[in-house]
Amino acid sequence: MTTPILQATGLVKRYGRVTALAGSDLELLPGEILAVIGDNGAGKSSLIKALSGAVIPDEGEVLLDGSPVSFSTPLDARKAGIETVHQSLAVSPSLDIAANLFLGRELRRKGVLGSVFRMLDRNGMRDEARRQLDALGIMTIQNPGQAVETLSGGQRQAVAVARAAAFGSRVVIMDEPTAALGVRESRAVLDLILQVRDRGLPVILISHNMPHVFEVADRIHIQRLGRRKAVVDPKSISMSDAVAIMTGAMEPPG
Amino acid sequence: MTVVVEERDRSVLTRVQHLLHAQATIGPAVVLLTSVIVFALLSERFLTPGNISLILQQVAVVGTLAVGQTIVILTAGIDLSCGAIMVLTSIVMAKVASETGLPGLPALLLGFLVGTVCGLLNGMLVTRLKLPPFIVTLGTLNVFFALNLWYSGSATIRGTDMPSLLLFTGQTFTVGGTRITYGSIMLVLLVAAMAFVLKNTAWGRHVYSTGDDLEASRLSGIRTARVLLSVYATAGLIYAVAAWTLIGRIASASPQAGQTDNLDSITAVVIGGTSLFGGRGAVVGSLIGALIVGVFRNGLALAGVDVLWQTMAVGVLIIVAVSLDQWIRKVKA
Repeated sequence: MTTPILQATGLVKRYGRVTALAGSDLELLPGEILAVIGDNGAGKSSLIKALSGAVIPDEGEVLLDGSPVSFSTPLDARKAGIETVHQSLAVSPSLDIAANLFLGRELRRKGVLGSVFRMLDRNGMRDEARRQLDALGIMTIQNPGQAVETLSGGQRQAVAVARAAAFGSRVVIMDEPTAALGVRESRAVLDLILQVRDRGLPVILISHNMPHVFEVADRIHIQRLGRRKAVVDPKSISMSDAVAIMTGAMEPPG
Repeated sequence: MTVVVEERDRSVLTRVQHLLHAQATIGPAVVLLTSVIVFALLSERFLTPGNISLILQQVAVVGTLAVGQTIVILTAGIDLSCGAIMVLTSIVMAKVASETGLPGLPALLLGFLVGTVCGLLNGMLVTRLKLPPFIVTLGTLNVFFALNLWYSGSATIRGTDMPSLLLFTGQTFTVGGTRITYGSIMLVLLVAAMAFVLKNTAWGRHVYSTGDDLEASRLSGIRTARVLLSVYATAGLIYAVAAWTLIGRIASASPQAGQTDNLDSITAVVIGGTSLFGGRGAVVGSLIGALIVGVFRNGLALAGVDVLWQTMAVGVLIIVAVSLDQWIRKVKA
């Protein structure tokens, strides 16, 4: 069996008397899209937050390429090559697309202009933003100098995905990327997810939308009551059975 | 996949909205230009060198405070304590120099240190105790003002007792008949430097994004608490520069000076097109905002209008500026 690129074992997270994660495991294999589904309160968000450094688990271990890592901030996870597209997108509306792509890791000009005067390399960042958007086939955005608040929901999502794809070297995590989108925009974002995977970056996809999950996922991780209930193959299980396992109406096969 | 973007017909109003959205400083600049022309037509004394010099002197102190106020407001904060920090700092500079005979430069630097520490205290309360900036600075406004009364013994320090460096900002040079104080030159340089930093450095971008969306900035890996702390501390330092300008302006250090300067600086920032909701605006706008207030007050006075109507005009300007900001924020793609 191949070593998982990202692995979690026995993660526990309690908030006061509420146990969000009760010893949850997760394995992400190289080059795959792993969908994570689960009912509300199943611990999907807590699981993802623990992997992306947004919360620190009380117990358990996270392994990246087989070696234990511990993230205390989202920045730690990013430095390790794990990029997250949050449901809130985490973009700054009044800044332009290029500025958002490089938010928190801006490029500086070469020479004294950069080292002494701390000047930003605007053109460099703009060109690179253009390249990243083109690489993902995001044609609806013409001008990387456009403010994000003037974009549609799908375009904003594309910017957030492009940022993750541009900087994620190991893993990209996407939290409900199609939740707020229309049919056509969802289609474009699903294509983006497949493209990211085809570039060799494994993706963890959290979604409530079963047709979307069954369309793009290579494996489906079913989360229930703070634990991993099952991992299923979307080609050998029906959507209704997956939902039945998720809600506890059915025991997983095998 | 290619999507053809349709060119929609835009009304003139929508175009204006988009223009103001992209360039928030245009509105205030137009207002300033218009008011200068109108007041010049109303009174022939308005554009005389002596009068322009007077407006620049009147604007220098509040304008300098407004530079610090701008960066605080860009982070979606507000600083009510700026005037109190300025007065406390001016008293410290003047009193230490006049009583211990400390030379001008160390006295000035001591004042800069006091201003920075006061700002840092505001920043600590905002980031560590997570209190709203309004409440924090309302509290420290009173704390700093009380310290100021205690340290000064409620007594004014005369300019003649101070080293000349502290009064330097009030000295003038003449350009084309207009006497310009070094304090106003310092203001212009300060605005230029801050505009450069906000536009061209990563710190500047982080100031905008922290005010725009705090949580998004944090998730993007920006150390937002550090950004806020640095903003309040820098603002404190700038208020200390304003203290220097204040000493030069009134040729003394008075514990009762600048009582309404905190609100006046907020007025300048708001009229200058910076949004009170954070993340939008520019420091050049605040300078223009301060000039607008100065020009209005001066021009109406020259036109023989009672002070109370000048105050009302400023009040109307604030409401108009904020309404305009709300409208601009509703811009659509």
